[in-house]
Amino acid sequence: MRSPSAFTGDYPEIREAVAQLCADFPGDYWRALDQERAYPTEFVQALTEAGYLSVLIPEQYGGAGLPLGAACAILEEIQRAGCNGGACHAQMYTMGTLLRHGSEQQKQRYLPAIASGELRLQAFGVTEPGSGTDTTRIRTRAERDGDHYVINGSKVWISRTEHSDLMVLLVRTAPRDAGAKPSDGMSVLLVDLREAVGQGLTIKPIRTMMNHATTELFFDDLRVPAENLVGEEGRGFRYILDGMNAERILIAAECIGDARYFVDRASSYAGDREVFGRPIGENQGVQFPIARAHVQTEAAAAIVQEAARRFDAGDDCGAQANMSKLLASEAAWAAGDTCIQTYGGFGFAEEYDIERKFRETRLYQVAPISTNLILSYVATHELGLPRSY
Amino acid sequence: MKVLVAVKRVVDYNVKVRAKADGSDVDLNNVKMAINPFCEIAVEEAVRLKEAGTATEVVAVSIGDKACQEQIRTALALGADRGIQVETEGAVEPLVVAKLLKGVIEKEQPQLVILGKQSIDGDNNQTGQMLGALTNMAQGTFASEVAIDGDKVNVTREVDGGLQTVSLNLPAIVTTDLRLNEPRYASLPNIMKAKKKPLDVHTPADLGVEPKAHLTTLKVEPPAERQAGIMVESVEQLVDKLKNEAKVIS
Ligand SMILES: Cc1cc2nc3c(=O)[nH]c(=O)nc-3n(C[C@H](O)[C@H](O)[C@H](O)COP(=O)(O)OP(=O)(O)OC[C@H]3O[C@@H](n4cnc5c(N)ncnc54)[C@H](O)[C@@H]3O)c2cc1C
Repeated sequence: MRSPSAFTGDYPEIREAVAQLCADFPGDYWRALDQERAYPTEFVQALTEAGYLSVLIPEQYGGAGLPLGAACAILEEIQRAGCNGGACHAQMYTMGTLLRHGSEQQKQRYLPAIASGELRLQAFGVTEPGSGTDTTRIRTRAERDGDHYVINGSKVWISRTEHSDLMVLLVRTAPRDAGAKPSDGMSVLLVDLREAVGQGLTIKPIRTMMNHATTELFFDDLRVPAENLVGEEGRGFRYILDGMNAERILIAAECIGDARYFVDRASSYAGDREVFGRPIGENQGVQFPIARAHVQTEAAAAIVQEAARRFDAGDDCGAQANMSKLLASEAAWAAGDTCIQTYGGFGFAEEYDIERKFRETRLYQVAPISTNLILSYVATHELGLPRSY
Repeated sequence: MKVLVAVKRVVDYNVKVRAKADGSDVDLNNVKMAINPFCEIAVEEAVRLKEAGTATEVVAVSIGDKACQEQIRTALALGADRGIQVETEGAVEPLVVAKLLKGVIEKEQPQLVILGKQSIDGDNNQTGQMLGALTNMAQGTFASEVAIDGDKVNVTREVDGGLQTVSLNLPAIVTTDLRLNEPRYASLPNIMKAKKKPLDVHTPADLGVEPKAHLTTLKVEPPAERQAGIMVESVEQLVDKLKNEAKVIS
C-alpha cells in the first residue's frame, strides 16, 4: 500500500494516471521478462501511446511541452509502482540534444515523429572501453568523405540500441591535442540505426545482473550522411554536457521512486508479518531503519525538486543536478537494503520483487555518472578544491 | 445526442480496507481514493459513442464534497467534455443520489444516462434502478453491450441465465457491467486538457432536493478470518471429511 503522501507532490493528476497505467504491469510481468532478459515492449508501448515519453517535446513539435518537473513526476511514479523506467527513460531526454542544437530542418524532420513514438530516439553513445569516465579520451573517429562521415571505433554500455531507431553518437572529428582544449574536436552525429546495422555497425548485447538492454557497438567504416551532424563540428562535447543535467535530475527522480517503493513495501510488510505473536513492525529495531530510509528519501527528494525547479527556471543547476543524483541513488540503495532486511528470507525470493528492484536500483550509483565523479565535481566547482582528474 | 455519465469517488480497488476501531465505518483516513471501476467503464462507453459520432457531448456528474472533483477531472481526462459536481457533505444514500441525478437530468436533458451497476464501496446496486423509477425512463441494467439504433438503444444484459438483449426508447438509462469495455488510459495531453474543461458546481437546493437520510449504519466489522486448511492423505479421507466433518455430502 502507498504511504499517505501518495499523489500529494507536484502534478497529482499525472501521478495518479501513471500509477493507474503501471498497475496493469505488475510484478509477474517484470519477473517473466527478467528471466529472459527481454525488453518490456508492451509497457513501453502503453507509455508511448499515452504520451508520457514525449512530455518534454515542445507542443509545436507534437509533444506535451511540459517542464522537467512533470517528467520527474512520471518517472518517479513508474519506479514507485515497481516498474522499470530504465527501459525507456532516454526517449524523454535524448531528443534534447537535437532540440537545443539541431537545425530547424532536423527538428522538423525528427521531433514530431519522436513525439508520436513512430521514431524511437533512446540510444546515446558516449562511453568507450578505453576511455571510461574520461570522455575527452574517446577514440571513435568520424572522417569526412564527400557528403558523408566515415566512422570507425567502438563503444560500450550503450543502452537500448536494439530498441531504438536513432542514436545520438559522440565521436572525434579532430585529435585530442589538435584544439585549444582536450574537449575540442568532438562532434555529435545522429545515426539511423535501421540503416547502419550490418552496414558498418555491429551491435553485441551485454548480459548484466539486471534486465537492462545494454550493448557494445563496433564501427567499421560506417557511413553517415554529413547532414546528420548536429550543430557545429568540433563542439559536440558541450552539446552532450548540456543534456547531462536533465538526465541526472530525471534519474534522481527515478531513484526517489525506487526509494519510496522500498519504504512502502517495507512498512506494509512490517505491519502485517507476525513473528513472536505480534507484527515485526512493533519492534523499534525493525521500524527505525524504515523510518530512517523514509527520512533520507524525503531529504533527497527535496533536492531533486529544487534541481528540477532551477532547471525549469533556466537557472544554473549543475551542482543541484549532481548532488540530487548522488543523494537519491544512495537513498534508494539504503531503502532497498532496509527493505530486504525487513522481509528477511522472503526479501530474496523472486516472487516478492524486492530483490529485482534492489538489483535494478544499484545501477544508478554508477551510471550515468558514478558517485566519485560527482564528488570530484562538487569538490572542484562548489568548494574550489584542486581538480582531481 | 447528449450523454450524461455519473462517476463516484470510492476507495481504490487495490486498497485493503480496515474497519474503524469503534466499528462505526470503514476507515477512510489516508486511504487512496479513485473513480469507481464501473463508473470508469461508463465514461469509456460514453466517450466511445462520441468518437463514433453517435454522441455529440459527454457530461460527467459526481455527487460529493470538493474532493470528488478529482474523479470528475479523471472523467474529463478520459474524454468527457464538461463536468458537474453536486456538492454534498458526508455519505449520501442511493435514493438521494437518484433524486439529485434526476434534478441534473431535468436541467441537462440528456438522451442517454450511463451509470455503473454499483459502486465498489457500498455495493448497493440501486441507484440506476431508482433513477429509472423516478424519471420514468426505460432502463437497461448490467450492460455488456450498448448499441444506439435510431431513437432506440439496444442493451445486451448479463442476466443469470446468460445474455438478454432489450430495446429501449431514448431517453434511457444504462448501467454498466464489467465486460462492457476496457477503459483506456488517460493520455498526458488529455490530462492537461482536462484541467481547462468547464466544471460547474450545483447545490442540492439548486436541484430542488433536500438530502435526507433514511438509513443508519449500525456496525461495520471485518469478515471472520479464514481458518488454515489441512492436507488430506487420500481420496477416502477427503470423502470421509466432506461427509462427517463438513457435512456437505451424504
Ligand atoms: C547498465 C549500464 C548502462 C549504461 N548505459 C550507457 C549509455 O546508454 N550510454 C553511455 O554512453 N554510457 C552508458 N553507460 C556507461 C556509464 O555511464 C559508465 O559505466 C559510467 O560513467 C562509469 O564509467 P566506466 O564504467 O568506464 O568506469 P571508469 O571510468 O573505468 O571508473 C571505474 C571506477 O573508478 C572511479 N573513478 C574513475 N576515475 C576517478 C577519479 N579521477 N577519481 C575518483 N574515482 C574515479 C569511478 O567512479 C568508478 O567507480 C552504462 C553503464 C551501465 C553499467
